Amino acid sequence: MTLSLLIQTSYFVAAVLFILGLKAMSSPKTARRGVIWAGAGMVLATVVTFLHEGLHNYALMVIAIVAGGGVAWVSAKRVAMTDMPQMIAVYNGMGGGAAAAIAANELLADHVLAPVVLVLAVLGALIGTVAFTGSVIAFAKLQGLIRKSPRSTALQLVNLLIGLGAVAAGVALALGQTDVALLAAFFAAAAVFGVLITLPIGGADMPVVISLFNALTGLAVGFEGFVLGNPAMMIAGIVVGASGTLLTQLMAKAMNRSLGNVLFAGFGADEGTESAGDSGGTMKAIDATDAAIMLAYANRVIIVPGYGMAVAQAQHKIWELTELLEDRGVKVKFAIHPVAGRMPGHMNVLLAEAGVPYDKIADLEEINAEFARADVAVVIGANDVVNPAARSNKDSPIYGMPILNVDQAQHCIVIKRGKGTGFSGIENELFFAENTSMLYGDGQKAASELIAGVKTL
Amino acid sequence: MEGFIALYIFMLAAVAGYEVISKVPVILHTPLMSGSNFVHGIVLIGAMIALGHAETVAQQVIGFIAVFLGAGNAVGGYVVTERMLEMFKSSGEKRT
Repeated sequence: MTLSLLIQTSYFVAAVLFILGLKAMSSPKTARRGVIWAGAGMVLATVVTFLHEGLHNYALMVIAIVAGGGVAWVSAKRVAMTDMPQMIAVYNGMGGGAAAAIAANELLADHVLAPVVLVLAVLGALIGTVAFTGSVIAFAKLQGLIRKSPRSTALQLVNLLIGLGAVAAGVALALGQTDVALLAAFFAAAAVFGVLITLPIGGADMPVVISLFNALTGLAVGFEGFVLGNPAMMIAGIVVGASGTLLTQLMAKAMNRSLGNVLFAGFGADEGTESAGDSGGTMKAIDATDAAIMLAYANRVIIVPGYGMAVAQAQHKIWELTELLEDRGVKVKFAIHPVAGRMPGHMNVLLAEAGVPYDKIADLEEINAEFARADVAVVIGANDVVNPAARSNKDSPIYGMPILNVDQAQHCIVIKRGKGTGFSGIENELFFAENTSMLYGDGQKAASELIAGVKTL
Repeated sequence: MEGFIALYIFMLAAVAGYEVISKVPVILHTPLMSGSNFVHGIVLIGAMIALGHAETVAQQVIGFIAVFLGAGNAVGGYVVTERMLEMFKSSGEKRT
């Protein structure tokens, strides 16, 4: 009795710590504290779970925790900040898989489950399995292991049938069928459905999908918590389900895409229309020395970094350049588009890694009015998020997407490796504009040359 | 557990989750997604209970997989979130 009270109290405290922890993560000042609170809740909940009466297999339990936790610990310590999105996808997929496995064991067990419990067990299993295999595919795509995004009506039809098959098997299970073959078919269909629904989605849309799977895993965990009669799992799972859904919507909105659009329609699927708009004009090149002079004698500079900067590992050099410019009295700010990097906030992490303080970083709404007053805007490794076509060209696939108005700055320097179009393959009018100069070269090399240039002045 | 009590818990937890996130600045979206990913690592305790109740070899295998995956979710989620948040500093703070 007292033992059970201790366990229940601990779960309650853990649930409170999770909610307070997530709340504290809403401000950069308290964010670190927040994750530590949530971590304390997790340790507490895990430790008291060993005290449950009537449990067996303790040795297996400890081995599984050490093995799973160990693998995750090592990989999490090693992963580069640029690869963070796909790593989050992996850990999320593991959670979904765990929820599905819990459901499988409950469905295999001898005891009879109440109808509501059965329905939620099956629902959690379905969602968890889809999140598991879907996250694995998301990882493989962002890691570059799968490069193709096959998309056809036939594939969608096959996928629909498999999805319906999984649902049908799930309904049969929920009605009390206990056939092992049916159970296996159910999980197999759900797993294939998760793969097929993620496969056609392009890399640029993947963050939204990872966020969606994160929310789905939360739901699955909440449902399995109900099956096990465990309020801590129910609360933590549903809190994540709700917050993850909101986060997914925010991301999709920032990218000007609806969720249905991301899942069921390919980006640039109707490519035929866009090639018509020939921008005309030519791109003007600038060399690093001239660009350095322009920067050193400016009053206000705004740097717009994109994922290309991170790939070139140029963030440290860019920060060095910023410090040099600030020593000369230039006011420098960083402007970050919501989808810069591979998911909202990813670029902030990459800049923080280089040592850029977060109060120098502004988001789209804060900074857009300031471009008109800036002497120089430096675009490094970003493309679509600064394309004025999103404002003016109704035929452009990105029309309507909020962009950073770098074209309104006095001058714009674009650091770019070559003349080609970027990730999305959309022509960028900014590069041809009168006040834009192109500094060709690898991001890191270009930044080093700018530093050298500023130092000689 | 009583069905309706569970329903209330689900409803209130959903409201709490929605409210907690709605005031988060964009700069913290990635760490926050990672943080919420860590929080559903609580699935680990459910996995431990499932393995603890396993009787047949098949159940033990599935339970073992569940605990392995759940532990990976919790530990990996924590470490990456902590690594990211550790780096966020303002101009005023000393840098290392």
